[in-house]
Amino acid sequence: MSPVFYLVSAMTVAGALAAVLLKPLVHCALAVTVAFAGLAFLFLSLDAQFAGFAQILVYIGAVAILIVFAILLTKGSELPRDGVFSRSWLAGVVISAAVFAALGWAILRSAWTLPHEAAVPAVTVHDIGVALVDRYVLPLEIVALLLTAATIGAVIVAMHEKEGAK
Amino acid sequence: MYLFLEDSLLGEGILKGMAETARNFAGSFVSAERLTTVQYPEEREAPAENARVFPFLVFDTADAEAGLRCVACQICEKECPPKCIYIEKSKDKKPDYVGKQQFYPTRFDIDISVCMSCQICVEVCPFEAIKMDTQFELATTDRFGGLLLDRKELSRSNEYYHQIHPTEAAEVDARLAEEKAKADAKAKATADAAAAKAAMPPPAAKAAATEEGAGD
Amino acid sequence: MIDKMDQIFVLLQHWLVAFLPLSLQPVASVLLAVVAIVCVFPALFALTTVFERKGLARIQNRIGPNRVGPFGIMQPIADGIKSLTKEDIVPSIANAPVHFLAPVVLVVAVFMGFAVLPMGRNMVLVDMDAGLLFYFAMGASTEVSVFMAGWSSRNKYSLLGAMRAVAQMISYEVVLLLSSVSVVMIAGSLSLTKIVAAQSGYTGIFPHWYIFTPWGLVGFIMYAIAATAETNRSPFDLPEGESELVAGYHTEYSGFKFALFFLGEYLAMFSISGLGTTLFLGGWSAPFSFLTFIPSWIWFFSKLMMSIFVFIWMRGTLPRLRQDQLMNFAWKFVLPLTLLNLMVTALWRFMGEGWARWGVCSAILIAAYILMGRVGMYKEHFGPRRYRYAE
Repeated sequence: MSPVFYLVSAMTVAGALAAVLLKPLVHCALAVTVAFAGLAFLFLSLDAQFAGFAQILVYIGAVAILIVFAILLTKGSELPRDGVFSRSWLAGVVISAAVFAALGWAILRSAWTLPHEAAVPAVTVHDIGVALVDRYVLPLEIVALLLTAATIGAVIVAMHEKEGAK
Repeated sequence: MYLFLEDSLLGEGILKGMAETARNFAGSFVSAERLTTVQYPEEREAPAENARVFPFLVFDTADAEAGLRCVACQICEKECPPKCIYIEKSKDKKPDYVGKQQFYPTRFDIDISVCMSCQICVEVCPFEAIKMDTQFELATTDRFGGLLLDRKELSRSNEYYHQIHPTEAAEVDARLAEEKAKADAKAKATADAAAAKAAMPPPAAKAAATEEGAGD
Repeated sequence: MIDKMDQIFVLLQHWLVAFLPLSLQPVASVLLAVVAIVCVFPALFALTTVFERKGLARIQNRIGPNRVGPFGIMQPIADGIKSLTKEDIVPSIANAPVHFLAPVVLVVAVFMGFAVLPMGRNMVLVDMDAGLLFYFAMGASTEVSVFMAGWSSRNKYSLLGAMRAVAQMISYEVVLLLSSVSVVMIAGSLSLTKIVAAQSGYTGIFPHWYIFTPWGLVGFIMYAIAATAETNRSPFDLPEGESELVAGYHTEYSGFKFALFFLGEYLAMFSISGLGTTLFLGGWSAPFSFLTFIPSWIWFFSKLMMSIFVFIWMRGTLPRLRQDQLMNFAWKFVLPLTLLNLMVTALWRFMGEGWARWGVCSAILIAAYILMGRVGMYKEHFGPRRYRYAE
């Protein structure tokens, strides 16, 4: 494991921890942006160029902004009164440990099936594009439908709000 | 629906605007009407004829003290709205342009940090003694003394007045000359009458005097 | 000889790097290129500030700065000294670390964008397979910095300016991406060097630039509009309009940090113009086949400066758009036209060579433009204002 990996994963974990431990909400949003950036670097260090840049473009460029807007347009920018730890922390720990266990088991199991010294096949953007319209066209269309539904839903919610305000 | 037939395309206005600014840009290199900057202080625009900044005192002959038109009547001091004029009248008299003995100001101060260039002093002066100057480059580093102009600094010749306000000065000169002529004629008439009176015999002189007195 | 002039910077780089041991050479060559970019583009920025002020001045019938140096060329030095020596005021309730980091993040993100622009033949810093995507990823990161600047100042007006700026940038980012997608469709690759290579052929003396195709022209215009909005340039500069919000999200910045914001904005302008040049104007290729003796980097930078000149021209011509007018324009006019352009590009690709595709694509695009324009004008979105008077 290279030092780059350790550095980047330390940055990601630090960002994620800060996102849940900091009090001011906007600081948490910025910390989660750092975590996203760390993830993007991890993708890039694995030679997954498309995934890495898409991560930056989508997560940092859109999702982080969305989170920040949501914080600002509601009253989230005030400091929380009761502290950052919730009362049902035990249930949270159990659930996240379960999810982590499931993910770890899946990853480790698949790692055994690959030969250790195989060269990683270079996946170019061209390959991703071909796969999207060849093998994965159904998920692509479903995602498109989902996005359209989300957009229409957002427009309807906004329209109802406007009518409600009137 | 008839609006569909209007012939202005979306974006046409923008293109026309861009053509206009391009014309301005190109024209500013060739024509003076598209580059109206006057690069102060290397170039200066001549002030307009009725420009006014702060007052000055006019003197007629080459001598600033003897030819000063101001007779210290103190009307401008009383009429000045911010009270920026301070006059001290003299104890003796000296003759003015008509020859009459008049007072003169021993001290005539204008505080130009107070003066608001309203020109009221000019309008009320009966002797055409105070007029508006056009000099504006009067900045100093001394906020109090440097902006208090005394009589010597305020006095400028009539030739200077002609330079800065030619039509006004010509009018003033014509008026003054007319008044001088009238005064001269009147003086001549009284001198003639006095001479005629002196030349006549005493009883006839008395009758002539009563006649003259009734005729006046 | 012509080749040598064309590749002079590459040869210079190789010659300088050859002094070092073999193990250090890759790092050194990249470092050298980075240093070159970091020196050249801020110098261009300095020159652009003078040209902008003098250009705007001439448009407005006056002379620009002409006291410092001959024709005011040294004005940026005076401006630089001024911004360095000004007191750096940070409001006491401001969030100090975020306030400090915002201009840093902006400048870093913008400089990263230059890494994929091909500035001449063989003159890319990093020839990435997904170069275009990298560029847009870096462009998206600038929005975070804008928000950080506005929020950390703890100033209602800065926050408002920042939110407006971010909303504007997000809306026009979609347009930017979609107009680039048509180029990617035709060129067949996300790599910017391949896109330029696809445009460097000639039929007769005419180049194969994408702007000379119907979909390319419309795409370029949409890209230009979106680029103007992305970099917060007039007429889309409401977030930093001086008469509206003092200075918007960088109100509370003084001294060198403000200079960094200024630098970031102009560098973003350069890099987006560079990308537009690469995508639509053929990058470093010459406009006519008999002009290829002029070095490629001269063509790239000339096209870049022409784009900057057009930016300045637009700034001098157009009044500022209001926020709602801006957003309406983006979502109701530019985006539909860009989507249509995408479909027309697909039609172009699949219709095969010949005059038919020129006619059909041009007809569709012109009809769409006229229709949308008329509808927009009729519905008072973009047309002259009609007044109602009280009875």
